[in-house]
Amino acid sequence: MTETNIDQTKERLDLWCSAPDVAFETPQAEQDYRQRTRRISDAIQLKVPDRVPISPLVTFFPARYSGQTAQEMMYDPDKAYEAFKKVALDFQWDTAMNHINTLSGPMLEELDYKQLRWPGHGVPPDRSYQFVEAEYMKADEYDAFLDDPTGFMIRTYLPRICGTLAPFQLLPPLTMVFPYYVGLMLMIGNVAMTGAASAFESIIRAQEKFINLAMSVGIFNGEMQSLGFPILMGGTTQAPFDTLGDSLRGTQGIMLDMYRQPDKLLKALDKLLPSAIDMAVVSSAMALSPVIFIPLHKGARGFMSRKQFETFYWPTLHKLMLALIEKGLVPMPCFESDYSDRLDIIKDIPAGKAIYWFEKTDICKAKEELGDRVCLKGNVPSSIMCTGTPEQVREYCKKLIDVAGKNGGLIVDGDVGIPDEARVENVRAMTDFVKEYGVYK
Amino acid sequence: MTNDLINLMADLKEEEVLTIVKKRLDTGEDPLLILDDSRKAMEIVGKRFAANEYFIPELVYSGEIAKEIAEMVRPMLVKGQDIKRLGKVVIGTVSGDIHDIGKNIVSFMLDIAGFEVYDIGIDQPPQSFIDKIQQTGASVVGLSGLLTLAFDSMKVTVDAIKDSGLRDNVKIMIGGGQMNDEIRKYTGADAYGEDAMAGVALAKKWIGVG
Repeated sequence: MTETNIDQTKERLDLWCSAPDVAFETPQAEQDYRQRTRRISDAIQLKVPDRVPISPLVTFFPARYSGQTAQEMMYDPDKAYEAFKKVALDFQWDTAMNHINTLSGPMLEELDYKQLRWPGHGVPPDRSYQFVEAEYMKADEYDAFLDDPTGFMIRTYLPRICGTLAPFQLLPPLTMVFPYYVGLMLMIGNVAMTGAASAFESIIRAQEKFINLAMSVGIFNGEMQSLGFPILMGGTTQAPFDTLGDSLRGTQGIMLDMYRQPDKLLKALDKLLPSAIDMAVVSSAMALSPVIFIPLHKGARGFMSRKQFETFYWPTLHKLMLALIEKGLVPMPCFESDYSDRLDIIKDIPAGKAIYWFEKTDICKAKEELGDRVCLKGNVPSSIMCTGTPEQVREYCKKLIDVAGKNGGLIVDGDVGIPDEARVENVRAMTDFVKEYGVYK
Repeated sequence: MTNDLINLMADLKEEEVLTIVKKRLDTGEDPLLILDDSRKAMEIVGKRFAANEYFIPELVYSGEIAKEIAEMVRPMLVKGQDIKRLGKVVIGTVSGDIHDIGKNIVSFMLDIAGFEVYDIGIDQPPQSFIDKIQQTGASVVGLSGLLTLAFDSMKVTVDAIKDSGLRDNVKIMIGGGQMNDEIRKYTGADAYGEDAMAGVALAKKWIGVG
């Protein structure tokens, strides 16, 4: 029981808006920054802002836009920096998107990472990286995972996803270090014998490579803020079902588990919840913005029934979002694919504390069902952005603003961000139209 | 007993299904009859999927059961003995895209529905599709892709099939996460299928058995 009823979300959003440590380049930049953060904060808290905010996610769109390949960006953070800055300055959206999602090619290479193919490593230089799904955790390994998740991750999972970390599979159980100092000696002796030292060395080299990107992103965020562009995403996490389904069991595996071993599946999901919360907290620790991006992959109608969603997917996602809200963080799940038939289930969330980003879900229906609960984000279709005309873009945005933007509570973006292959004239049309037509009178 | 197998399999009762299959094989029954029951059960599964009673997990699970049955039955089959095939389909994920979960489900459902399926895999350039169409004489082509980068790859593939002079011999369907009818028009394909059963229905319609 708390004596005062502090609205944590408001506190955190106000901090984002006030940005006490940001040294603005000009008074105009400061004014722009405050106006933009206020606009988005109002939309999140279901108040009517001065106009509909536009805050797109971009990944490799800046590559094409500035005449680079995706490969160049993954291997040279400076190039990515310039390309992302050009997009921010040219389009003048309400937020700037940084280049953390271009990942570090040198880091992935150093680790011999298996879960992605990336430009120059299995996909052409001008294409985005893509996930390689497999059963990185086998059907009969639930007990091992449940008994000792940390040990499983280090001794079984990491060696499977990173070639250079293979020696970890020979490590003794890490708990051996506890019984008596003899345990400590056995542990240290084993590290030497198993060749795990080479794995630790690889981690150090990978860190040196990653730090180039991390520092570049940190400087980018600082510069963009000083120029008046807030950063929307503070951190990232995943729904436990997706962590298990994407990275561990695979789509096919987890679907069979729903039938063959549902109890173990449910236990594993609960076990993953604390680390999903931690990931949001750790990844946003340095950020001003409290918004946590949660890309959702496998809870849609195309993947499971309502009943399966209620049983396997929603409970841990729900708990994750409530835990984040309690900390003043703003969950921003991106509901990929179509959730039109399960809006009543996901409605169970406190009002004005979250952003629900929809892809193919009927956004009009979403506004009707969820308009008094969450700020909506989305959803100009990728098909129009990549193959349509500016006129089609304006037509869609008009409907979007008229319906989903009514009385606030809407942030405009593409349905899964700006596609890498979006036509520039369509991105321009979307931007200009929202800024002009989206003004609340 | 044959109805038992069909219904139990349609209801996804894996253990009971496998027990019955073993019993029937032990009594020396014609293995083709068992495969035929398996196919009938999958038809029911497909219908339930189309009626929104079943979803992808049920397709995947029933598919696993069907595979298990096929494994048990295979040693009993006389060489050359097989179910009559409805027609040939070439399917693959287009160039630049390495995703295969959706494609694999469609391939499997087409196979179960009685088509001879030539799955050429992921990240396939237009020429691979053309070569396979020529080699097999297939009349249906399925282009799969998850990402927006597949829009152009699909268009290039359809154009290449046109340039090779094969366009009039084949019907082309597209499917995958980002696809819709807008993209169907853009690529010049004949149809967009929203899910695996839509793909099967299209193939059946085109081959004239639907």
